[in-house]
Amino acid sequence: MQDILEELERRRRRARLGGGERRIAAQHARGKLTARERIELLLDPGSFEEVDMFVEHRCTDFGMADQRIPGDGVVTGQGTINGRPVFVFSQDFTVFGGSLSEAHAEKICKIMDRAMRVGAPVIGLNDSGGARIQEGVASLAGYAEVFQRNVLASGVVPQISVVMGPCAGGAVYSPAMTDFIFMVRDTSYMFVTGPDVVRTVTNEVVTHEELGGADTHTRRSGVADLAFDNDVQALHEVRRFFDFLPLNNREEPPVRPTFDDPFREEPSLDTLVPADPSKPYDMMEVILKVVDEGDFFELQKDYAKNIIIGFGRIEGRTVGIVANQPMVLAGCLDIASSVKAARFVRFCDCFNIPIVTFVDVPGFLPGTAQEHGGIIKHGAKLLFAYAEATVPKVTVITRKAYGGAYDVMSSKHLRGDVNYAWPTAEIAVMGPKGAVEIIFRDEKDDPEKIARREREYRERFANPFVAARRGFVDDIVMPHGTRRRIVQSLRWLRRKRVDNPWKKHSNIPL
Amino acid sequence: MFDKILIANRGEIACRIIRTCRAHGIRTVAVYSDADVDAPHVEMADEAVHIGPPPARESYLAIDRIVAACRETGAQAVHPGYGFLSENPLFAEALEEAGIVFVGPPVPAIRAMGDKIESKRLAVEAGVPVVPGHADPVRTEAEALHIAREIGFPVMIKAAAGGGGKGMRIARTPDELRAGLALARGEAASAFGDDRVFIEKYIEEPRHVEIQILADGHGRVVHLGERECSIQRRHQKVIEEAPSPLLDAATRRAMGECAVALARRVGYRSAGTVEFVVDRDRNFYFLEMNTRLQVEHPVTELVTGRDLVWDMIRIAAGEPLGFRQEDVRLDGWAVEARVYAEDPARGFLPSTGRLVRYREPAGEGIRVDAGVVEGSEVTLFYDPMIAKVIAHGRDRGEALDRLAEALDAYVIRGPRHNLVFLRAVLDHPRFRAGRLSTGFVAEAFGARFAGLDPDPARMRLLAGVAALMGWRERVRALAISGRLPGVRVEPERAWVVCAGEDRHAVTVEADDEAGSRLVVDGEPLALRLDWVPGRLRAVVETGGRRLHLQVDPVVEGYRIAHGGAELELLVRTRRAAEYADRMPPKPKRDTSGEVRAPMPGLVVSVTVVEGQEVEPGHELLVLEAMKMQNVLRAERGGRVVRLHVEPGAAVAADQLLLELG
Repeated sequence: MQDILEELERRRRRARLGGGERRIAAQHARGKLTARERIELLLDPGSFEEVDMFVEHRCTDFGMADQRIPGDGVVTGQGTINGRPVFVFSQDFTVFGGSLSEAHAEKICKIMDRAMRVGAPVIGLNDSGGARIQEGVASLAGYAEVFQRNVLASGVVPQISVVMGPCAGGAVYSPAMTDFIFMVRDTSYMFVTGPDVVRTVTNEVVTHEELGGADTHTRRSGVADLAFDNDVQALHEVRRFFDFLPLNNREEPPVRPTFDDPFREEPSLDTLVPADPSKPYDMMEVILKVVDEGDFFELQKDYAKNIIIGFGRIEGRTVGIVANQPMVLAGCLDIASSVKAARFVRFCDCFNIPIVTFVDVPGFLPGTAQEHGGIIKHGAKLLFAYAEATVPKVTVITRKAYGGAYDVMSSKHLRGDVNYAWPTAEIAVMGPKGAVEIIFRDEKDDPEKIARREREYRERFANPFVAARRGFVDDIVMPHGTRRRIVQSLRWLRRKRVDNPWKKHSNIPL
Repeated sequence: MFDKILIANRGEIACRIIRTCRAHGIRTVAVYSDADVDAPHVEMADEAVHIGPPPARESYLAIDRIVAACRETGAQAVHPGYGFLSENPLFAEALEEAGIVFVGPPVPAIRAMGDKIESKRLAVEAGVPVVPGHADPVRTEAEALHIAREIGFPVMIKAAAGGGGKGMRIARTPDELRAGLALARGEAASAFGDDRVFIEKYIEEPRHVEIQILADGHGRVVHLGERECSIQRRHQKVIEEAPSPLLDAATRRAMGECAVALARRVGYRSAGTVEFVVDRDRNFYFLEMNTRLQVEHPVTELVTGRDLVWDMIRIAAGEPLGFRQEDVRLDGWAVEARVYAEDPARGFLPSTGRLVRYREPAGEGIRVDAGVVEGSEVTLFYDPMIAKVIAHGRDRGEALDRLAEALDAYVIRGPRHNLVFLRAVLDHPRFRAGRLSTGFVAEAFGARFAGLDPDPARMRLLAGVAALMGWRERVRALAISGRLPGVRVEPERAWVVCAGEDRHAVTVEADDEAGSRLVVDGEPLALRLDWVPGRLRAVVETGGRRLHLQVDPVVEGYRIAHGGAELELLVRTRRAAEYADRMPPKPKRDTSGEVRAPMPGLVVSVTVVEGQEVEPGHELLVLEAMKMQNVLRAERGGRVVRLHVEPGAAVAADQLLLELG
């Protein structure tokens, strides 16, 4: 017995050392923590229960028979974040460059299966050179097994990917199918084909960072949700983020105590919207003054900035916030912002998170770039997402709600539960100028007449009353009382139950 | 007495005048531009008249519109406040013609004192000492050089129609004189529409001391003692006090008598201020006379117990002053700090934006004169002063302590502001000792100010507070629903607070109703902290003192401002701190070659071309903003790799202007 225990301890020590001290030092020198250090910072101290510590690969080709390291390049297990359960896999770059073998994939699959059984989220910490080439197709099969589980888990338990090193080739498709991707600046990159192949095929010369670094994916491609400065910061923020998410699709979002007053009034919101309809203002101020303690976890903040998405809390309960941002492209909907918001709305709907929408949208962005890029189908995604969502939906129109974009932004017609308008709201088919130019085309050479018509149109439609008369907005509310009204609406909606007709799944315009 | 007064101004001074009117049952009329529709002064007044678009020229400087507003509302008198039309003789004349009383001095007095050259001549006639110099405007560079050599460098170039530091330049060498002449002329032309400048001797270690006078229409002139306004940046006052720590009774009397003599010489009536420059031996020289209410008038009000606005109104209504020089008593000490929307880290350049969060301090002996509320916008159209905080105490020490606490407690979020800087000035040993000069700010802090380094004890306190905040957030986070049954996670008690390269170990031993007990860097620290997540202001009680802190959450920690320091403190668990130190610090991206617009403005001229090699300090381009011409200079040497702007371009704050390679 004693021998066995000693042997166990020896093996554990060996496994914990991963690729060995030299490789650990190299990992640190690159500005990266090791797989185990990362797990320690991610989870509550002492809560990590590792599984499959002694798993090794079964490959014998290319001299691999002599190279076995217990754990085989990924650390897996379960633990807690602020006491709530979570499953974690953390790829170990010090072991075979974190490359994915059949056994490595099996370890990931095992904890994903467990997560599905008990209804707990999965967080993957990616740091892998790619497929274990020595294993050939077995490695590819391993990827596919993981992909399949990502898909089945989608909408059942939240899945978060933190890309903390290389993630290239087919490997990118696992994070791509999870709900959120976070990256670390300077040390992580994601691409389907790397700079070498790109150069050979297209003669483009590009660095890893430019091709698929954190800034590229958070600013240009929109693939990643957020970028962090280093591993420590990233893991700290993932913990904070985790606290917004429910454990699975059958549970309510988490609640935690708040120090904020649910009926806090914000008189300054009454002067936020400028008198001149062409002047922008910062929608972020509305969000920060409405949510508990001004604490808003914004996602994709550097991408498609004409729409804001993220999580906040109202009375300690998670809400998803979607808001047009008049500071960027006047808050117009375009391809990027529609897709960004649509995916977020669908996440919230999957996981019972109420959606609060702030609307100031002058319409869809015009132009060939948008039309040729397929704004019709991409815009439809957001429309589809809102229309399909059955979670509580509270909407506040702060200023413009024009045209089709009005319909899209969680309107009453898409089963919006509570739709408010500020006194500054203008709900119309289009802005007064454009409308008059169409309706009174004959008078367009008479600036005086046009100006009068514009005034008439403005008085007639540039207000919330027309929509209120028809019941398209439930009430006109003072901006300073917005938080109170949202709090009360969400209290009433807590027991909301709406089911969509039975179907295998819908066919969202992808 | 008047029934109704129109206030031809905006912001804090309009609010302050309305308050006095209201206290005496006088109805008030506000005027406002499009930019001020929601402004407090409009709300406070009994009536308000819209007078035009945001640019001052078309609203607050539009004489005909203001006269029309008086007619429309039946206002019998106009108080002009300071700035805008307050020293414009045409305005006073226009009112006179319309049969409306101007609450200010007679037109000839405004005219005489409004011209620096003429006012100097009159001062000499009245027996008031003046600074050596040449009273006539200089026409050519050669002439300027000749005069400068005659009176000796350093010299000061001043706009003939100037004020507020605009069109003012110091020259210590012929080269600086040549450069300064052009800049001063340009600024004077754009600010006053008059590019005449003159040259006078520049007094070394000068102090700015001014005498407040009151003159009624019945031949009585008194002075209310002095104000010292030596704490200036960009030639504009930021901290003023009464009395001056420099003056003795004899000098005070002598200066007061000079001021009164000058007032009599020009037939003055109303409140006015005679400004002097005083050297270290208490020799004083006349600078100019301001024929209006001064921004810093509250310090005089607090030490004399008078309401200067009310005195001005009574005098304008023809009432006698009602007291004599012997009746003037000075009680205690008063200090004013001007809170500006500006960026001390960028050489105090103006900042703009909406006051997203705004809460004024209050307390014994504290007066806040403000014209903004939360949600007000600081725009480029007007002066970027947000408010004035004035503290009154039995002596200078008490007044300064009160002011310091008020500045620490003042919540302003949105535009950048100078609260931290003002607070740092108050703690400076030289300032505390009263050894002031108009060069104090530059000498004590340099051209930029980015926060003080707190002393070790204060640093330990701030680190302890930051860790305690982190601990409280952690305790709250652990109260989340959905926890695994039977799992009990204890919040970490051991923290490491990182301030740049520094590390402070903090252990939280207790945190309950009885207070908090910490160990910081091995030393015990007992305190009470009223902060909970979401608060922007915190009060710490420790060692019998109450300290106010400003708190903003940042990733992994807090930005805390207190006592002239502004620190970003990361609060990490011991393990996170240890792991973080295993990784090499990331090299910072080199941005030293990027020249960005320090504020929104207009590119007046570009001095360099692409490909040109420049030395550090080389002039790159001139940006005009807030009517000031700002020369942007190379902070390091290099080659101009790319120019992103042309003359005439309007640029936003932080916009990339050019790149040095």
